[in-house]
Amino acid sequence: MNIYQEELLDHYENPSNYGTLPNPDISHEEDNPLCGDRIRIDLGVEDGIIKKVRFSGHGCTISLAAASMLTEEIAGKSLAEVKQLSRDDILEMIGIPLGPVRVKCALLPLKVLKAGAYGITAWPGEEDA
Amino acid sequence: MHTANFRPLDVAAIRQDFPIFATEPPLAFLDSAASAQTPQPVVAAMDAYYDTYRSNIHRGIYRISEEATAQYERAREKVAKLINAPRARQIVFTRNTTEAINLVAYSWGSANIGEGDEIVLTVMEHHSNLVPWQMLAQRTGATLRFVEITDEGLLNFAHFRELLNEKTKLVAVTHVSNVLGTVNPLQSIIDAAHAVGAKVVVDAAQSVPHFRVDVQQLDCDFLAFSGHKMCGPTGIGVLYGKLPLLEEMPPFLGGGSMIRTVERDVSTYADVPAKFEAGTPSIAEAIGLGYAVDFITQAGLEAIHVHTQELLKYAHQRLQEIDGIVLYGPEPHQKAGVLSFNVEDIHPHDIAGILDMHGVAIRGGHHCAQPLMKKLDVIATARASFYLYNTLEDVERLHKGLRKAQELMLRRSRTVASTALRGENR
Ligand SMILES: Cc1ncc(COP(=O)(O)O)c(C=O)c1O
Repeated sequence: MNIYQEELLDHYENPSNYGTLPNPDISHEEDNPLCGDRIRIDLGVEDGIIKKVRFSGHGCTISLAAASMLTEEIAGKSLAEVKQLSRDDILEMIGIPLGPVRVKCALLPLKVLKAGAYGITAWPGEEDA
Repeated sequence: MHTANFRPLDVAAIRQDFPIFATEPPLAFLDSAASAQTPQPVVAAMDAYYDTYRSNIHRGIYRISEEATAQYERAREKVAKLINAPRARQIVFTRNTTEAINLVAYSWGSANIGEGDEIVLTVMEHHSNLVPWQMLAQRTGATLRFVEITDEGLLNFAHFRELLNEKTKLVAVTHVSNVLGTVNPLQSIIDAAHAVGAKVVVDAAQSVPHFRVDVQQLDCDFLAFSGHKMCGPTGIGVLYGKLPLLEEMPPFLGGGSMIRTVERDVSTYADVPAKFEAGTPSIAEAIGLGYAVDFITQAGLEAIHVHTQELLKYAHQRLQEIDGIVLYGPEPHQKAGVLSFNVEDIHPHDIAGILDMHGVAIRGGHHCAQPLMKKLDVIATARASFYLYNTLEDVERLHKGLRKAQELMLRRSRTVASTALRGENR
């Protein structure tokens, strides 16, 4: 199975929730030091529920597709629920095996989300390291 | 043009020494600037150490330890001869280029750099010839000054001259840029630096593997390079220094092997180079490096340069045919070994990922040169690099792979522009 299959490419070419929010309740942006890719996530939160979500930035197929999938996944969910999302959940969404460098690409959006929403700065999966 | 005993490379014969190319189709390995492949004679030399005379060096009073010591010192002589160092003692074995530069920054730097002094670097430095100087500047209150590049990707020599003054204590410069491939006018740089009394550290990680570097002719004060980029193993690098400098410098790491006498509160130190080789060194790797020197000199450094120039020229020509490609750096004849590029709307990671599916290994990223990426106004680049075992066919496969990447990635128009070509400043 190769990493350039249709579903990923579709997300990459026509990502969901691409853009920014005018007055986000939470907005956070980070880059991947390995490659300089940069993702920003804006959230509109009401009563602990993610009502609106947008992402922006630049990156490769994997990081942009992962951001697109992640924003689809979290829209309408509670912050408490979203906090449980793990590295494995993301890799499952991507659905194909990735090498260690590309794993970081895939995890960048979740890292940005967790840093912005919960102040968790570690890479997903390395929280205890 | 060529020297009298010039012999072109027999690439087919050379490839026989690299089992990694034995598959069909062979791997198109275009990432030697990151780390080159290791030929069989180098691996065999290290195996011979492990299989027949494995022991620590210097201290053993038995045959195999004497053999190991002799082989380790033989490697030092081979390296000295390669760069025309006056004496083998001027070759200090380190782990890599990075450690060699850090050695100079800590040892020479801490003793010779003070507040208000200036260190001149270029914007094309690899992080390993930048961060150690930042750390030194932070420790001492010295200031870093950066030479800019021209639009063609050459060092702006006029700007370099402007930066030099009586406060300049050190010039740290790469011989060949690992991103642009630019070969810097090292002789003129060194002469101008010496004219204001500054010392010069040369990052030769990308030059020593590719052409003849003569430290006496250059008159550089320090020169650093890595074994793993010149057909040697990982874990071994080289610092060359002028003897009076090395002799005056305080030790870098303290421990075994680097001492003469040790009392409870004080020690006296061994002579150069032992003073800088604390602890058990990378013995097999040093021996392997000696055989790597044999390997590239037997192939012929001039022949290697001619061959990689031919590949570089051909790659320039073929890649220019691709729509939306941007090639970085100057013309091929002003470069050595590496070609960085971007293809419009395709991230370098995706380029590398798709090429990998076609058996072509290149690098995509910032290449440990973030200030240069910023200067070029890109987030990252794709980079192909060439060495003695590469073929025109490898270049063809790179070209074909890039076409495939475009077919795959540019099928429909995207709603969001990809942005490898678009940096922070735009
Ligand atoms: C120009 C240059 N300098 C320094 C280095 C660092 O070499 P090493 O990682 O072996 O210390 C490299 C290797 O990537 C390089 O290309």
